[in-house]
Amino acid sequence: MIQITMPRLSDTMEEGAISQWYKQPGEHVDAGEPLVEIETDKATMDYEAYDSGTLTKILVPEGELVPIGTPIAELDDGTAPQEPPAGAPKGATAQPPDLPEAPAPSALTDTAGRPPASEPAPIAAETAAAQPSGSAALTGTPRILATPVVRAIARENDIDLTRVRGSGPGGRIVKHDVEALLGGAPQTDSRAPEAPAPAPQPPAAPPADDRRGSEEVPLSSVRRVIARRLGASAREIPHFYVTAVADAEELMRLRAELNERLVAAGRPKVSVNDLLIRAAALALRQHPLVNASYNDDDATTMLVHHRVNIGVAVASENGLVVPVIDDADRKTVTQLGAEAHELVALANDRKLTPEQMSGGTFTISNLGMLGVEEFTAIINPPESAILAVGTTRREPVAVGEEIAARYQMRYTLSADHRIIDGALAARFLQTLTSLIEDPWTILA
Amino acid sequence: MSVKTYREALHDTLRGELIRDENVFLMGEEIGIFDGSYKITAGLLKEFGPKRVRDTPIAEEGFTGAAIGAAMLGLRPVVEIMTINFSLLALDQIVNHAAKIYGMFGGQMSVPMVIRTPGGGGQQLGASHSQNIELYYSFVPGLKVVAPSTPADAKALLLASIRDEDPVLFLENLALYNTKGEVPDEDEPAQIGTAAVTRKGRDLTLIGYSRMALVAQEVAAQLAESEGLDIEVVDLRSLRPLDRETVIESVKKTHAAVMLEDDWLTYGIGAEVAATISDGAFDYLDAPVRRVAMAEVPLPYSKPLETAALPSRDDVVNAVHETLDAMARRR
Repeated sequence: MIQITMPRLSDTMEEGAISQWYKQPGEHVDAGEPLVEIETDKATMDYEAYDSGTLTKILVPEGELVPIGTPIAELDDGTAPQEPPAGAPKGATAQPPDLPEAPAPSALTDTAGRPPASEPAPIAAETAAAQPSGSAALTGTPRILATPVVRAIARENDIDLTRVRGSGPGGRIVKHDVEALLGGAPQTDSRAPEAPAPAPQPPAAPPADDRRGSEEVPLSSVRRVIARRLGASAREIPHFYVTAVADAEELMRLRAELNERLVAAGRPKVSVNDLLIRAAALALRQHPLVNASYNDDDATTMLVHHRVNIGVAVASENGLVVPVIDDADRKTVTQLGAEAHELVALANDRKLTPEQMSGGTFTISNLGMLGVEEFTAIINPPESAILAVGTTRREPVAVGEEIAARYQMRYTLSADHRIIDGALAARFLQTLTSLIEDPWTILA
Repeated sequence: MSVKTYREALHDTLRGELIRDENVFLMGEEIGIFDGSYKITAGLLKEFGPKRVRDTPIAEEGFTGAAIGAAMLGLRPVVEIMTINFSLLALDQIVNHAAKIYGMFGGQMSVPMVIRTPGGGGQQLGASHSQNIELYYSFVPGLKVVAPSTPADAKALLLASIRDEDPVLFLENLALYNTKGEVPDEDEPAQIGTAAVTRKGRDLTLIGYSRMALVAQEVAAQLAESEGLDIEVVDLRSLRPLDRETVIESVKKTHAAVMLEDDWLTYGIGAEVAATISDGAFDYLDAPVRRVAMAEVPLPYSKPLETAALPSRDDVVNAVHETLDAMARRR
């Protein structure tokens, strides 16, 4: 008699639900035949019988959620009752399905952890893409060599370490190797690491596309959230765009003078962006209908927000995040600067709390520091507008009859046309432009 | 601020404390008439007289015990044991008495004494006079052990030690006495049990104390110059209590650590630091914690052999390189 337990099908899985039993009590099942479909936090996948026998008892009915290790069925293989499956550690899972092809033992094989030869062969899972990471560690296949920080990063970002090449000693995966996958620049040296000798090449995962020389690179969970939300926003929200240009000569002069005095007073300097956050907050106060959210097509109301909470898009080392500064219209430029500074630091350390990344009513995305002249941004739902700010630079402009070199700043408002009309967007930009061109009013 | 040698910082601090508090007195071999084997107490007998600056017989157990008794009765003895090697003769007094009196007798009295003593090899003094055995004392609850690496810390930690209510072993180092640094003019005791991040960096954490904290600082500066490495340096300053938090926070940032110590590797101070990192920063480590320590031999007298046995700057540089290589952070 073999007791079948809820397997651990992913690193983060703590419990699983039975979505479908393929066999009923009394039916015969062959080793390798799908026995049950299990739904995890990540995916739904088939779990196949490791041994042949007769399914005698279903202990967990369809639709029920149980922790891993819980007995879910009994299989009569002719042996004595209540024997746990060979090699299954107590409380841990049974045999998680392995990658489609059993990985060849490499130099990294941790022989101590290998199962006895009689262990049933690992069974192919439906989709390699849904493969849990770290399953190797549980089955006794070669242990993945990775440093603790790499394992922590992999846990947080759902990185399958079987697919990562290690460039540390003996093919150990080091932080440098996963940083590349996260899109973060390595902190020190970007030169390619030496080719490791017997790298723990992904046991499976052939190149996804040989002709284009492609490779499956895991998406971090942050990136997946960004993808989902921006995809939905672009698909669902009818965006329209209004661009304006402000003469920022006075703004730049004010900032220079202000900073001179702030420095003399031993206080932190303010940036153009800090001034812009406050200017946008003031403009939103004047145009509360821009500071609003569309509910949905069935709703008879929309939400107008009485607090002005401005999200600041940050290209952090870990991807795009939008920390929010609450009540930006009630804070001084210095306060806004300090808060923005702190949030960016937290973003880079991946320490922003969900609280700090939600509750926004409007977003500013500034690519000016990267030399972008102007651009359009995708609205960050449930907000209804986002301001895309380009660089501030000196350009020849007509001043009366003369041509003068003056600082110009371009910005584009993306607005949700379901609740914001062109004229409203234009009036909002007018207000913003007049604040920027008469910057003392930003401070007041 | 004034620039002083480590020796001058100790001398001036002892003098200042003798002036400040009449309960403070000094005891030790040859500290009076001979001005001290390393001249830390130069001139103090003449200035304060034999009641405050006492030459003792060559009897470490005796005068250490006398100091413990004096401390129990309210005085603040500062004992000089000529080198830490000779403290072994007083081991019973220090470990069984100084460290335990407060706890064993229900806190009826404390033992506010300081044992100043230099460790360190490299002076061709032979195996029995060149040891770094601060570990023996760092192991004992009831004692405090501090190990300053700079003249400023020598002052701040000596002030703190003399004013502390517990017995403090104050570790000096023969190789540090002539080093110079800025020393604050005002008396600001350090907080015993706090390490200092003496150089900020992101690539790797070098940890040391006493002489090796200085070596860490020098190597970090050298590698910043020659290879552009951004190394953080943590000077432990206090071995008991050990400031685990500062070490852990640093390693959380840099993901790697190299521990430098002048003592032997096996069971050394670095082993405790490595365990601390494993406990507190496990999920942040990107390379094994490496230790640079002395060769496991009684230190030879022969100069070339002595030099080879002691941890060198090159050993530290190699350990840094190996650790960065293990993280694929170089080349």
